[in-house]
Order: sequence, then structure tokens, then C-alpha cells
Amino acid sequence: MDFELSMEQDILRKTVRDFAEKEIAPKARELDEKEQFSLQTMAAMGDLGLFGMVVSEEYGGQGMDYISYIIAVEEIARVDGSHAATVAAGNSLGIGPLYYYGSEEQKHKYLPDLCAGKALWGFGLTEPGAGSDAGGSATTAVLDGNEWVINGSKIFITNASTPISRGVTVMCKTGSRDEKRPELSCILVENGTKGFEAREMHGKMMWRGSNTSELYFEDCRVPKDNMLGLRGKGFHQMLETLDAGRLSIGAMGVGGAQGAYELALRYAKERQQFGRPISTFQVNAFKLADMAMEIEAARLLLYQACWQKDQHKSFSKSAAMGKLYASEVMGRVVNEAVQLHGGYGLMKEYNVERFYRDQKLLTIGEGTSEIQRLVIARLIGAI
Amino acid sequence: MNIVVCIKQVPDTETQIKIAGDGKTIATDDIKWVMNPYDEFGVEEALRIQKAKGGEVIVVGAGPKRVTESLRTALAMGADKAVLIEDDGLYGADPLAVAKILAAAVKPLSPDIVFLGMRAVDDDAGLVGPALAEFLDMPNLSVVTKVEVGEGSVTVQRPVEGQTLVLEASLPAVISAQKGLNEPRYASLPGIMKAKKKPLEVKTLADLGLDKAGKAEIAALTPPPARAAGKTISGETAQELAANLAKALREEAKVI
Repeated sequence: MDFELSMEQDILRKTVRDFAEKEIAPKARELDEKEQFSLQTMAAMGDLGLFGMVVSEEYGGQGMDYISYIIAVEEIARVDGSHAATVAAGNSLGIGPLYYYGSEEQKHKYLPDLCAGKALWGFGLTEPGAGSDAGGSATTAVLDGNEWVINGSKIFITNASTPISRGVTVMCKTGSRDEKRPELSCILVENGTKGFEAREMHGKMMWRGSNTSELYFEDCRVPKDNMLGLRGKGFHQMLETLDAGRLSIGAMGVGGAQGAYELALRYAKERQQFGRPISTFQVNAFKLADMAMEIEAARLLLYQACWQKDQHKSFSKSAAMGKLYASEVMGRVVNEAVQLHGGYGLMKEYNVERFYRDQKLLTIGEGTSEIQRLVIARLIGAI
Repeated sequence: MNIVVCIKQVPDTETQIKIAGDGKTIATDDIKWVMNPYDEFGVEEALRIQKAKGGEVIVVGAGPKRVTESLRTALAMGADKAVLIEDDGLYGADPLAVAKILAAAVKPLSPDIVFLGMRAVDDDAGLVGPALAEFLDMPNLSVVTKVEVGEGSVTVQRPVEGQTLVLEASLPAVISAQKGLNEPRYASLPGIMKAKKKPLEVKTLADLGLDKAGKAEIAALTPPPARAAGKTISGETAQELAANLAKALREEAKVI
């Protein structure tokens, strides 16, 4: 066994940490407060190379391994969940399906700008009436001559309505094999296509500096060639995309927990009560010890899943475990981190308050904790 | 125009330094190592000059194998080649010996400019720059915040007590960077991947025909004294508080 990161991974971690602390951390609170997506930090993240991290150089990507990508997401999440969300969704959900299932033409058309961070792409899966039951999608696509005609709507779609959003991959019902099993396919729809509208969603509790949209399709016509991969493969593509996407949500859990833990440790060492730093009271010291331990355990589980993916081994179970564990660890960590901050932890002026809110998405997005347990239960043969 | 940048690897500025059992060196077990921030200004300036004037940027470091990471970081920022003089005993060695070793490694590269930080953030000696200029027989331009390269000459600025000193020297020259010279770029992710394939030559002291024997030796390292707890002045009224404060300053602190 070798727990040592490669020199490149080490340089990457230091570089992204440095970048996150200097370029993102100073702006995160204000963007959260105003519920605003920043084109400026987006461009800076693009310049650094945070998009298309695992895509080969041929399409403008960085050609790195999955663990490098996960380290980058972790380091961004250590200072801000919203920016980590933009990067994670950009890579896993926007770029991922295009890179893995797209035709050469589609890849050459979209990937270079997406990998340069000059454009963003969304992945339209969840619907108002189809969340965990993603197979129950009601959005339909009907072939009419050389065009698909799409009708329906999607919700909670990251990166789809920024000024640089170029389009979305939409999972649609394109037919049915029998009563219970609809034929699902993924179709590419560019922003600006007639009959397609991506509307920004407001009033979020968390990830307020990231972009979330509702998508509306009304007799939206796209060329037949906009099919992503094979017709009827949509559900399979979605499952694979989510497997990999889970690793980046896990990275947000580990990184977010790390950030909240560091805030709590620093505060507890500075805050004096009864004439001594509150970190020296055993009740608090033990909380901090538990945080450190759980974060390390979550990180190891997550890195193991990434290693399996990099080695082309099956990683579905580890990905579900890593996502579930890391997001729940972050839940426990932010809870105690706010507790250690006392009254100040309830104030927006203290960053730990933002971490507390941002955490909540992680047990819900890209498969709820309940769905992760179901995935694991099936894979260990319990169900 | 060929530019050499000398790089020292130092503990990350957030590291809590502990003194090792021998009482002469620091404990290196839990240290995160980074490129000396002042050297980073040198790398950035070299890359900017290269963009305008062409040529090659070569980074040179001396120390244990771990220094490779700082050299690779400079390559990821955009430098073309790296040279490591690898020796486990070089970290913490006498700055004069280090300057002599660097000079021997830099000389065959025939640089037009040699950059380095004005000091390293670990030992703060600030000696390697001037000594290197001496050993290379080049003009020494220290503590520089602005560089303009002309034809065969260079003009630099050094801040001095609210004024600016403008210095001009013929090339080749040694320039040591001060904070404010520039804002160093990040090593981009594509840069990190490209750096893997760039040449990094490893030399030993024997290759240079040198040893690390210096003139000065560290006899002992001691941590700064722990800060004592503050004292609270008590009193019922403002007059009483002021009187007690004055008394404490005179009798206990003995400052008035």
C-alpha cells in the first residue's frame, strides 16, 4: 500500500489551496449574501484549469487522474461550497457526459470552451415530479422528421442559466419498451434554442453563490444528431454519471468538513472562557478530536473510491459509501463547529455559518442519503 | 536572454516550528515545504522578461531530494528547465557555502540575469544574493521592486525609507527580489502536467568539485520566550485605575 500522493498531486493541492484562499475566500461571503454567481471568479477558475480536469488534452482538458480532480474540489470546498459546486457540476455533470458519450463532432464542438471555463453546460435530470425516482421522468422527446421535439421541465439544474451557459444535456423519454420501463435518452439542447428556457432559481438556503435553474421545454426542436450516444441509453448514462458525480459530492463533504473544522479549531484556541482557551476543556477538545478523526476516515474512503476508478475497477459501492459518509461527516462537523463558536457561530459575519447551511445539500443532491443506503444495500446483497 | 532563478525550499509560513532534539536544527517531520515566497517573485519576473525578450528560464535549487517539488512548481509556473544540487546536509548550511555551490552550478548556464529572493523566510540571513554576485563576479542589485531590462544593461528600483533608489548595472547581473516586485502567477493545472515532462538535472557536490564546509556554524537554536499572561489593572474610579496603572508601570514593568 502507498498512501503518498504523487508530486503532481501535491503541487496541485498546494496550488488550488493557495488560489482558493486568495481568490475565492475573500469574495465567498458577499456572493452568498447577494445570492450571486460570479463571472470573475469563474473566469479565474477556468484560467487555473479547474474545468475538464480528467478530459484528455486533445479536447482542451488537463488529462489528470480522478484523484487530482477530487483533491481540487476538496480544496475549493475547504473555503466555499458554492464555488466547489460550480467546479464539481461543471466537470462531473456538464463535461462528463459529453466527454464519455459524445460523438467526435459533439466533443470537438463543445469541450474546448467548456474545458477552458469559457462556457458551462448543465445536466437536466431531476424533474418537479421525478427526484429519487429518476426513471419516472415525464419530459418527452418525439422524433419528427430530422428533429427531436422536446416537451417538459427540469428543476435544480446547476450551471444552466449563467451568462456563459451554452446548453444542457436533457434526459427525456423517447419511447417505451413496456408499461413499466420507459425508453430514456439524453439529448443536447443549446441555450437560445427556440422553445427552451433556463430560468435562474432564487431563494436558496445553500450554495447561494452557484447557479441553479429550472428548465422549460415547449415544442423545443433540436436536430436528430443532438442525441448523446445511443438512443435508449439515457438511464445507463445517468447512473454512470452519478456514480462519478458522487465522488465530487464526497469531495465537497471532506473539503467542507475540513474548512469548518479548521475554523472551529482556530476559534476554540483563541476564545477564552473561565480564564482559558475553550479548546482546553475536555468536552471541546474531544469534539475537535472526533472531527479530525472522522474527516480523515471520510477522506480515506473517498480516495479509495477514486483510486478504484483510476484503476478501472468497479467503484459504485465505494462511491456511494464515500458520498454518504463524507456528507454525513460534514453534517456532524458543521454542527459541532457552530456549537464551538457559540453565539458568534449564528452570525453571518462568521464563515462557519455558511458552511453549516452549505452542508445540507450534500445529503440530498446527486442521490439522497437514503438512496445511497439503498445503492449500498443492493450491492452488498441485502435487498 | 537566459535567466536563472535560484530557489530555496522553506517551511510553509503557517508551519509551527519546533526545535529538534539536537538543539541546533528544526524538527522537519511535520513540515510542509514550499518555495521561498521571495524566490517566487524572482520566478515571476523571469517569466515576464522571457515573454518580452525570449530566451530560457532555468531554476536552480540546492538541498535534499524534497527540493525537487519546489523546482517542479517553478516548472509548472512556466520555467523551462531545472537543476537540483542534491545533498541532504545542505538545508541550514552556511549561506556562504550555499552561495559558492549555487555559483558553481549557475556559471556554466551563462545567464544574463540571475534572480533570487532578497532573503529566505526561514533563517532570514539575506546573504546568498550578495555572496552569489561576488562569486559570479557580477553586479549585485539587492532588495528590488522594479526591473527594466535594456540593451546589455538593467535598471532597477529599491525602496529606501520612503524614497526610491534607482540603480543601473551592466548585464549579466544578480537581482534579489523584494515584496512588491510583482504578483506571482499560480502554477496552472495544465502547467503542472507539462512540468512532468520538462528536464530536471540532478547534480551532486562531487560533480561540482565542492563541499558544504562553511565558515559559520549554528551553535544553538532556542524558541522565543513564551508570552506571559497580561495583567489586569483594577480600581473603582478612573483616578484609582490611572494611579494603579502608573504604579504598575513604574514598580513592576519599570518603564517610567
